[in-house]
Amino acid sequence: MAEKEKLTMAVLSGDLERALAAFMLATTAASMGMEVSMFFTFWGLNIIKKNEGGIRSKGLMRKMLNLMNRGGSKRLKLSRFNMLGLGTWMIKRLMKDTNMPSVDEFIAMAHQMGVRIIACTTTCGMMGIPAEEDTFRSEVTTLAGAAYFLGEARHSKVTLFI
Amino acid sequence: MKADQSLDCMGLYCPMPIVKTVEKIKQLKQGEVLEVVADDKGIKQDMPAWCEATGHEFLGVEEKGNEIKVYVKKTHA
Repeated sequence: MAEKEKLTMAVLSGDLERALAAFMLATTAASMGMEVSMFFTFWGLNIIKKNEGGIRSKGLMRKMLNLMNRGGSKRLKLSRFNMLGLGTWMIKRLMKDTNMPSVDEFIAMAHQMGVRIIACTTTCGMMGIPAEEDTFRSEVTTLAGAAYFLGEARHSKVTLFI
Repeated sequence: MKADQSLDCMGLYCPMPIVKTVEKIKQLKQGEVLEVVADDKGIKQDMPAWCEATGHEFLGVEEKGNEIKVYVKKTHA
């Protein structure tokens, strides 16, 4: 059996439309037999944080950051035309009307198809996000750093930065 | 074109038809033909690309009204 082609993605954005695009590509690649790894860093962590619960971090700046930046797939916004939430709400309606899966559904689908969902330890450390069970969704299987990302990327047919 | 099984993807946009095809094709025996019915025009390019990547055979397209039917032959397990 021929070795699987790899797709590696670095997801730095936390925008709704970028999250959707990233997962659309990931699930399509997986359905084409590719081995997919997605590394979430900086704002990308918001996509894979749990929707419930708060972030217990230490220090005033970190507490403020994590209060303003709660994250979770339900809190993602459009990068443009968010219009204080109205635009995002409208896009979500359109998504529902056209049977497009939500980010939540995409993450579950991707995980089921074998896509690896990885969180960046450096961002976690800097932002004071405890890399524990409670912080990230169950689909997040690994926590890793840049070297691991590059280790995957150098063996990948396709590498993307979102 | 004759098919052994049919998959209805009307109203679903990329990548859903492809994701569902992956699931459905597991139910076919080697050599059987799957018909996928969709209205997303992208399927005319997506399905041949998927076939090229997975090794299954793309047999063709038939269009009737807004229904696009693509035919895939399962060539391996």
